[in-house]
Amino acid sequence: MTFIKFIKESFKVILKGNKWYYSWVGMLLVMFFWGGSGYLHQLKHGLSVTNMQDSISWGFYIGNFTFFVGVAAAAILLVIPAYIYNWKPVKEITIFGEILAVSAVIMALLFVVVDVGGPFRLWHMIPVIGVMNIPASLLTWDSIALNLYFILNLFIVTYLLYTHFRKKEYNKKLFNPLILLSIPMAISIHTVTAFLYNGLAARPYWNSALLAPKFIASAFCSGPAVLLILFQILKKTTKFEIKKEAIWKIAELMAYSMFIYLFFFFSEIFKEIYSGTHHLIYLKYLFLGIGEYNDLVIYAWLSIIFSIIAFFLFLIPKTRKNVVTLNIGAILIFIGVYIEKGIALITPGFSPDVLGQLYIYRPSMTELKTSLMIFSLGFLIFTFMTKVAVEIIFKNMNINNIKGDKINTT
Amino acid sequence: MKDERKIKENKETRRSFLKKTALATTFATMSACGSDTSWDEFFQKYFRTLSREEKNQIIKRLENKYSEKYGKKFSVSAKGPIDNTLFGYALDVSRCIGCRKCVYACVNENNQSRDPQIHWIRVLEMEKEKGIDFAHSNDQYNPELVPEEGHFYLPVACQQCDNPPCVKVCPVKATWKEKDGITVVDYNWCIGCRFCMAACPYGARHFNWGEPDIPEEKVNPKTHYYGNRPRNKGVVEKCTFCIQRVREGLYPSCVEICPVGARKFGNLLDPDSEIRYILKHKRVMILKEELNTQPKFYYFY
Amino acid sequence: MKKYSVKKHLLPLFVLFAFIFSGISYGDSLKKKGSNEISVPPPPFSEDIFPCTECHAEHDPNPERRVLEEMHDDIILKHDEKNRWCLDCHDLNNRDKLHLASGKLIDFKESYKLCGQCHGPKLREWKNGVHGKRTGRWNGAKKYLLCAHCHNPHSPEFKKMKPDPPPEDPMTGRKK
Repeated sequence: MTFIKFIKESFKVILKGNKWYYSWVGMLLVMFFWGGSGYLHQLKHGLSVTNMQDSISWGFYIGNFTFFVGVAAAAILLVIPAYIYNWKPVKEITIFGEILAVSAVIMALLFVVVDVGGPFRLWHMIPVIGVMNIPASLLTWDSIALNLYFILNLFIVTYLLYTHFRKKEYNKKLFNPLILLSIPMAISIHTVTAFLYNGLAARPYWNSALLAPKFIASAFCSGPAVLLILFQILKKTTKFEIKKEAIWKIAELMAYSMFIYLFFFFSEIFKEIYSGTHHLIYLKYLFLGIGEYNDLVIYAWLSIIFSIIAFFLFLIPKTRKNVVTLNIGAILIFIGVYIEKGIALITPGFSPDVLGQLYIYRPSMTELKTSLMIFSLGFLIFTFMTKVAVEIIFKNMNINNIKGDKINTT
Repeated sequence: MKDERKIKENKETRRSFLKKTALATTFATMSACGSDTSWDEFFQKYFRTLSREEKNQIIKRLENKYSEKYGKKFSVSAKGPIDNTLFGYALDVSRCIGCRKCVYACVNENNQSRDPQIHWIRVLEMEKEKGIDFAHSNDQYNPELVPEEGHFYLPVACQQCDNPPCVKVCPVKATWKEKDGITVVDYNWCIGCRFCMAACPYGARHFNWGEPDIPEEKVNPKTHYYGNRPRNKGVVEKCTFCIQRVREGLYPSCVEICPVGARKFGNLLDPDSEIRYILKHKRVMILKEELNTQPKFYYFY
Repeated sequence: MKKYSVKKHLLPLFVLFAFIFSGISYGDSLKKKGSNEISVPPPPFSEDIFPCTECHAEHDPNPERRVLEEMHDDIILKHDEKNRWCLDCHDLNNRDKLHLASGKLIDFKESYKLCGQCHGPKLREWKNGVHGKRTGRWNGAKKYLLCAHCHNPHSPEFKKMKPDPPPEDPMTGRKK
């Protein structure tokens, strides 16, 4: 019964807010429905409304999928200092990492749903009633890992908020193993996603042993960037104290990840350039273009330049502790990794194709609209869950101070 | 007691109501989105594990569906592999002139969509000086006359590999290798994730990005469940060595149409076959050997 | 003296001969049976040109090597024409036949034996089914064509042809 109350009260929290909140949610809803019209168009006509073709069989959707799996995995960057090193300043805000993980996993799964040719046939992947290609298919493993990670994080968030709501202490025996489990699970979802790519011998651009470690490193740069910005917003809009040390610590950990990511990137570049085999053509397509096929060049360079600038901004303590440069760095690294895991990962894997032919790929309007639908849904879920979390944890909404239908906010 | 029973009853009715609503909504959405799937087709289980009776039912349903759609009497065969058969294909690179007759013979025989256009065979024009160099090849060649001076031609389609990467990666096992060596796709099971297309090193797999369009007068009504029966949008397809023909003892269409006799086909397990003669006496190579796909399509000269 | 009764052994003898004859007339497949004959469709004669003796019976054969002017001037010989001319393959006295280097006369429908004299490896491959257009059954009766069905014996080099269209841009006609 209390749980029902918890759900009811959470709904009430979601529906109430100030004018900024309503404009934000309203804007997201508008984007959601407008984007949804794009997806309906795609359902009716098939994937021919995208700009994907036989030789470039994956595009914007799968690029976004890969990126958001990374964001979901990065939530644990907060879990490690909080629960393994028991660092209090971060412990209070770990829940937002979990909420980010939940939203990001939902977005990732939705990007797969909109990408498949037969979304109504996805039941074929469910065990027992469908067929699972275990242990051979990485996509099967990925779907298992992502769904488990989603359930785990959803449970953690709900459990934490619910126990807070009941003003009880959470059961450490139940909770701690789960939160610790989320660490290897987070690594595993992003590793298995990377293995999807680097297991394909047909695609030399992806067939690198370093792909999975590079994914993890870049995920740890980009995911927490969202949280950094969120925490500063929360500082301004709510009364709760997020300690500066917490934010700086996250930024510091991100700086280390950025170094590892850049090191991996340069390792791969060196290997391709120095060995000088035919496989260099993919990097050439990406960074220099081949003839008139040069639309990715600007994005590739922006990505690496942004990442390097962000790295230095985060590395130097002065710029790390300065609010302006910190935020600039966060945005830069987010964009840099978004490109690196998105268009700069997918398209060079497909062009030049396996028979040497070159293609250009730019997402179509329908792809952009459908993606916008998923972005706005993810942001909505994130906004709603964050609002409930803030209300319960920082504004102390709980079972005792709900009088009838009114919430007593202090 | 009574209350409990009532609660349970309510739960049951609520559950079945929800289930029905969910299914109804799904079907409503599907038909609104232009899907012509019937109830049976939606729930069709994995063709490989069905009983003979269930398979016959499905075959009948498909025959009726295609006959109605195209106005011709369709036959959908579910003939299995012939015993003691492993198909091999050989292509004489010194003879191919790049006329693309094989491409279009295949399109007609296998009911490929004309719009959006799907070709199972892709012919690459290469320079004799550079040898087999995909990076410098061209599939868009269209000179006045072929063969062009200083060039040779390499048609590429599914290699029916013995160690197929596409089979490895399919999340729902919608594609697999049959006993006679042909890698097939169950078009009713494929979910359209296109992982197999990313995995294929030969670009042999093709996707129905839109609803396939075959002109009625050109449709071939003699089909096989795993081969040339008309596909629907959102599934992957590829060369099946004309499974509907070879399992009846005939040659694939591309072999028969080739005007210069560059294509050869046969049973690798028959020591007297043409294909074995070629493997024994000719200089034979396979594409991308280092990937260990072990293709059954050999190029020789 | 006991007379040898043919009547008594008529039936078994008949069966024996039937077997032998059926073995000889079975023509379709080749090398394994040791048969020298391969069944092919009729040779690709130009219209009304065969039988040649219909005209040639009236003429005296002229063995002198020359450029033909009165008839067959439409035939351009581009087949080792420095060293060969018509009568190196066509028989001087019986124009309905071709002749081998040994002088042996062969029918037009066995012309592969003539081609095989110079193109030995090709003949061997053709007999094994790996040269030439392949139709029929891969696990049974194959259909053979004569060399002349694809290669014009007077000018065998394949003419170039116009290729069928290249694959169109996949973005053609896509709704956005």
